[in-house]
Amino acid sequence: MIELRGIGKSFKVAKRSAGLTQALKALFVREHTVVEALHDITFQVKEGEIVGYIGPNGAGKSTTIKVMSGILVPDQGFCSIMGYTPWKQRTAYVHHIGVVFGQRSQLWWDVPVIDSFELLRDIYRIPAAAYKANCELLAETLDLRDLLHVPVRQLSLGQRMRCEIAASLLHGPRILFLDEPTIGLDAVSKIAVRQFIKTINKEKGVTVILTTHDMSDIEALADRILMIGGGTLLYDGTLGELRGKFGTQRTVTVDYRAHAQPLDVPEASLLSWSPERAVFSVDTENASIADVIARLSRQVELIDVAIETKPVEQLIVELYKEHDV
Amino acid sequence: MKAYMSVCKLRFINGLQYRSAALAGMATQLFFGFVFIMIFVAFYSRSTVPAPMPLPSLVAYVWLQQAFLSFIMLWFRDNEIFQLITGGNIAYELCRPCGIYQFWFAKLLAQRLSSAVLRCLPILLVAFLLPEPYKMGLPPSPAALALFAITLLLGLLVIVAISMLIYISVFWTMSPAGSMLMFSVIGEFFAGMVIPVPLMPGWLQNVAYALPFRWTADFPFRVYSGQIPQAEALWGILVQLLWLAALIGVGRWSLHKALRHVVIQGG
Repeated sequence: MIELRGIGKSFKVAKRSAGLTQALKALFVREHTVVEALHDITFQVKEGEIVGYIGPNGAGKSTTIKVMSGILVPDQGFCSIMGYTPWKQRTAYVHHIGVVFGQRSQLWWDVPVIDSFELLRDIYRIPAAAYKANCELLAETLDLRDLLHVPVRQLSLGQRMRCEIAASLLHGPRILFLDEPTIGLDAVSKIAVRQFIKTINKEKGVTVILTTHDMSDIEALADRILMIGGGTLLYDGTLGELRGKFGTQRTVTVDYRAHAQPLDVPEASLLSWSPERAVFSVDTENASIADVIARLSRQVELIDVAIETKPVEQLIVELYKEHDV
Repeated sequence: MKAYMSVCKLRFINGLQYRSAALAGMATQLFFGFVFIMIFVAFYSRSTVPAPMPLPSLVAYVWLQQAFLSFIMLWFRDNEIFQLITGGNIAYELCRPCGIYQFWFAKLLAQRLSSAVLRCLPILLVAFLLPEPYKMGLPPSPAALALFAITLLLGLLVIVAISMLIYISVFWTMSPAGSMLMFSVIGEFFAGMVIPVPLMPGWLQNVAYALPFRWTADFPFRVYSGQIPQAEALWGILVQLLWLAALIGVGRWSLHKALRHVVIQGG
């Protein structure tokens, strides 16, 4: 459904150092550096997938989304989405996609939300029946009924974001690009937005590509992760695989009745110890958690045991580190 | 087409919201109308040479300028479009299945229309009720009135096409201030907004006639008072259409070029 091959894009950035002399010099001689925003990006996405697109700030996530939605023209490479080349057949192509830029707004600021929706209806030439059905469905699932007649400037960020997402789906697109859809939202709105993305993916088979810095978005939604850093694609796989690769470490915390001697567990490495509590790190590739606990319970009277997996956040940091981005 | 009508409608409704701005505008424009006419009356009474334009025509010229200010002013701007370009929100406009040029053209047109609709009638009403020599006269014939309406609307399209060039230039300059200032100083002078074109010296008139600006203001206002005869007005309509075609052509071409290497500002 989506295929990118060898996409590259660079920007020319004017640079100068701080200070008056440098500023004066820049009046006559402009120095430019070429920033390679994307380098040889290649991947494919199948219909109905939810793909999480991650990477540190400035890695090229948004640039990729912009290339895929036909806004930016790449310097080189091949891109085919549903048979279209986005930047060449822009107007025909955009009928099939919906885009949400979390940091921007597509709604008219001074008029009620519904006016913006009706404008979009006319822009996309959505038939009246389809518009009505879509609008109902979106208002229902995103809980917009009370918001539609409120001017956009009076909406909270969470309310506005729900309206933005609805606006991008009015024309029933097959692909949805979400560029940081949960940025700045509170927990309740985040969960509502995630739930909704899941629903349209399951029920309508909409393919979703989302960029985010919030790893719980990825955990809740994405079957597959693409990681980009410094303009290059660094990782392509499932979250499970990522866990398998970096996440074999478990932290085992045990509380027990006061015990004066240090515990002896050869399978695990001791991180901290006190007469009532000890923390171990266990590599599940070499030892089983059950063995560790069995050995512990023979030595002390256990009160509580907590086993923690490394949070996804931590995994991603390690992945970034491994690739030095 | 429906999309453009629709954005036009929404922008129009949006524009009608600003009632107090319209009231303030009306007061300002009445004041300026008075001042300009006072100055011209003083000049005319002391003049020793025959005036190039009769005073009643000039009075109508001034009142029409004030009433349709938002049809003819180049500084009349849509900050939203500037922000779209400099702030990067243009990303959204670019993922719509319609031409940006037509879309913005419709927006700008509606903005000028809504502003003029709110202001022109009260100003004209006052101008018709004033005592001589401030009183605005009727056009000499219904035909002149009809020609005035056509030329005024074509002039509106021409001015929107000119202002589109200002917006497009922002893709390169990233700041509207410069092109806005250049266009409005030069454009408004040669549209006869400072000195009516017939009162300019001959050589300056020739410059004004060679530029598109006077077709937006000077030309329809003189058609109104019959100072430009009907046969000449018909030729003028042809010239307006040619300018319109040329300006739209240049605008679409440069917008196309701008979009090829557009940089979406701000991440």
